[in-house]
Amino acid sequence: MTSSEYTRAPDLADTAYDSPLAERLNSLWETSPGLHGFLTTVDHKEIGLRYIITAFAFLILGGIEALIFRVQLAVPNANLLTPTEYNELFSTHGVSMIFLYASPVLSGFSVYLWPLLLGARDMALPRLNAFTYWTFLLSGIFIYVGVFMGYGPNDGWFNYVPYATRTYNPGPNQDFYALGMIFLGISTTGGAVNFIVTMLRMRAPGMSINRMPMLIWGTLTANVANLLVVPAVRLDFFLLWLDRHAGTHFFDAGAGGQPLLWQHLFWIFGHPWVYAIVLPAMSMVSDGLAVFCRRPLVGFTAVALATVGTMVLGFGVWTHHMFSTGLPVMSLSFFSAASIIIVLPSAVSIFAWLATVYTGRPMYVTPFLFFAGFLVLFVIGGVSGFMTGFVPSDWQLTDTYFVVAHIHYVLIGINVFPVIGALYTWFPKFTGRMLDERLGRWNFWLMFIGFNLGFFPMHISGLLGMPRRIYTYSDGLGWDTVNMITTIGSFIFAFGFLFLLINVAVSLRSGRIAGSNPWDAGTLEWSTTSPPPPYNFVVIPTVASRNPLWEDRIPASVGHSSFHGYVLDHGKEAIGTDGIDGQPAVIIKMPHDTGWPLVTALATTVFFAALLLEWWWLVALSVLGIIVSLYGWLAPRPQLGQMAEPV
Amino acid sequence: MERVIPTPSLPVGSIGSSPPGYVGMICLILTEASVFVYLEFSYYYFAVEPHAGGTFPAGGPPSMQLSLPNTIILLLSSVAVWWGERGIRQGSVRQLNWGLGLGIVFGLIFIMVQAKEWANKTFTIASNLYGSNFFTTTGFHLAHVSAGVLMLIALFIWSLRGYFDNMRNTYVSIGALYWHFVDAVWLTLFFTFYLSPRLGVGQS
Repeated sequence: MTSSEYTRAPDLADTAYDSPLAERLNSLWETSPGLHGFLTTVDHKEIGLRYIITAFAFLILGGIEALIFRVQLAVPNANLLTPTEYNELFSTHGVSMIFLYASPVLSGFSVYLWPLLLGARDMALPRLNAFTYWTFLLSGIFIYVGVFMGYGPNDGWFNYVPYATRTYNPGPNQDFYALGMIFLGISTTGGAVNFIVTMLRMRAPGMSINRMPMLIWGTLTANVANLLVVPAVRLDFFLLWLDRHAGTHFFDAGAGGQPLLWQHLFWIFGHPWVYAIVLPAMSMVSDGLAVFCRRPLVGFTAVALATVGTMVLGFGVWTHHMFSTGLPVMSLSFFSAASIIIVLPSAVSIFAWLATVYTGRPMYVTPFLFFAGFLVLFVIGGVSGFMTGFVPSDWQLTDTYFVVAHIHYVLIGINVFPVIGALYTWFPKFTGRMLDERLGRWNFWLMFIGFNLGFFPMHISGLLGMPRRIYTYSDGLGWDTVNMITTIGSFIFAFGFLFLLINVAVSLRSGRIAGSNPWDAGTLEWSTTSPPPPYNFVVIPTVASRNPLWEDRIPASVGHSSFHGYVLDHGKEAIGTDGIDGQPAVIIKMPHDTGWPLVTALATTVFFAALLLEWWWLVALSVLGIIVSLYGWLAPRPQLGQMAEPV
Repeated sequence: MERVIPTPSLPVGSIGSSPPGYVGMICLILTEASVFVYLEFSYYYFAVEPHAGGTFPAGGPPSMQLSLPNTIILLLSSVAVWWGERGIRQGSVRQLNWGLGLGIVFGLIFIMVQAKEWANKTFTIASNLYGSNFFTTTGFHLAHVSAGVLMLIALFIWSLRGYFDNMRNTYVSIGALYWHFVDAVWLTLFFTFYLSPRLGVGQS
């Protein structure tokens, strides 16, 4: 067999979405209709939308939980909830928002948008993409089965020992949570692998790393971190489960174990994770502001470096969650300094965004309002973070509502607001229709006012000494008014969010038809139809700048991107480029729709359920199931160019 | 002014180290390596922090009577797989079959010797803090070795069926990467559990 059968020079053609070539590609890439297609699809657009919808479902669940306990906290000495119910409710709220909404929703946007931003036909590992979605969904259901059986997490989202150990927490609550988190970790890790490989292999020819859109930088940075730190929390929960069921002593102080080890492993994960759930959202703002201010982002390179820099520093700040645990002074000083230095890259980004708005011609549309609102909330959340980075003020503020205010300014301000802005921006690409502007304004202003009304007073209740995580409080402590205001604000906020759901429902039916580039934006996703065809791009574009669609109006453009490019229609094919320069390196054979990822995910679900029930025979059986399904998934296939046969 | 698009002759499908799966395996290795870093972090945390958990390691530095030869066996299996991979790159399916077969045999021997090492211990995972660390970490590694052996067996089956040749052998490289990783991790565990107590890390 000669090596010439393994190589080919690709043909060239012009971009035309009504050509015979487009029809041929459509029949190659299309997912079959009906249930079979639904269960087996590996199309990143379908999977991305599922991620977003599922994450929003968990956001709504977490929101309802919050509203219930805000009613409980509105007045002193309330008894709507028992202390046990309150514990489960606030813990489940945190778990839902942080693990089941904040990260997956960003993955969803990136899974949908990355190949389009990169000029690619799919993610690098489409079957892994399907698998990570199914494991996200199934692990979320796993945790919520516990919640609905009355066995939800009950020790806060960071779940400190010794309260989480079996002695103090004998029910299955902690087992559902521990196993559910290990399960979810598989999804997060698999997703991280997929993003990194996609960035290294799937960029359109000519897209050297300095030409990647910011959303690539943000999501990439976050997922490199995920790859390295998610194992810490997976291990932490595994050790907890062993302590509870195998009699180990990792956290058992009586036998020499260290409860502090839990905190170290948790925050080695937890703090980089905070950046992992905000950096992609911040990069949405960077890309979005460029579109809505009608100019490229100011200081693009500096912002990209600040993104990476934040993450690098983010690995060295975990102990600032543990300032009050009696660590050595040396350790306090180091981690305090690192926590404060992190202000610098954040400031670089803030000034770049402000300069973009100031020197641009802003379009005051709903997505711009959400991105601008983010700027305000980011500064407030950043300053309160800066305050708790100082050891003396942290000792005063830790475990009070001040910290609750901080985390909500960070997570709602830097995740939810940009995500909703991103939804307004890219909804036309997802669906082919625009979201309604009038409803959008109600949506923004109610959420913005409700949010600040609800969460700003928490700073004050914290300064007044109100501890976090108490199920009620006595009157006469000066906390009554602030808590009532907080509850009213949170309901206004939720009411504003309702407008988003109404807007989506209305616009899906009767929204204005968008066309391929409704915002007149500059990046590649806007060069294809809305919604994009299954194969994304009829020919592979060649990229010569950061804003291929704006080159005519930017005088400084050095080159011209081209939509005359590679055809790649000998089966499902994509172009693989090298990691740095974006030079074509290989023609990749892409996998067809397959049920194996779902089968593997289901076998994994049975595995965790069997561990929970301690049915060891079923554990063994499910491991066998996982091995068999992985074999079915990964066995070499001639049509994927994996076997020694002529292509 | 349209740019001229070059049309170089490109490899098609799974060739060399360019397919996404190869990069994916490197990422998987990075994340699994992190788990071992955290396991060893936990070990050293207990080894250096004063605590009431008895001697650490329990019963003094563990014997190397089995673990040292076993380490060499695992290294030999890596060499075998490397040699087989080198063979298929030159088109020798026979050399690949032998390399994979020997790798599997050495891997299985490692697992059996490790089982004996476990059986020889006077403590269990639940007896004391050291036991918890020892059995959890080596158990985690053993699970990885088992996964690696299964991977080698799959490759062996595919190789016997003639799926690979001098060009189409990325699958072999991907499997070999994982196997070398499992062996390299063992070296760090061997240092941590068997050598570091002899260097004075621990509590007596």
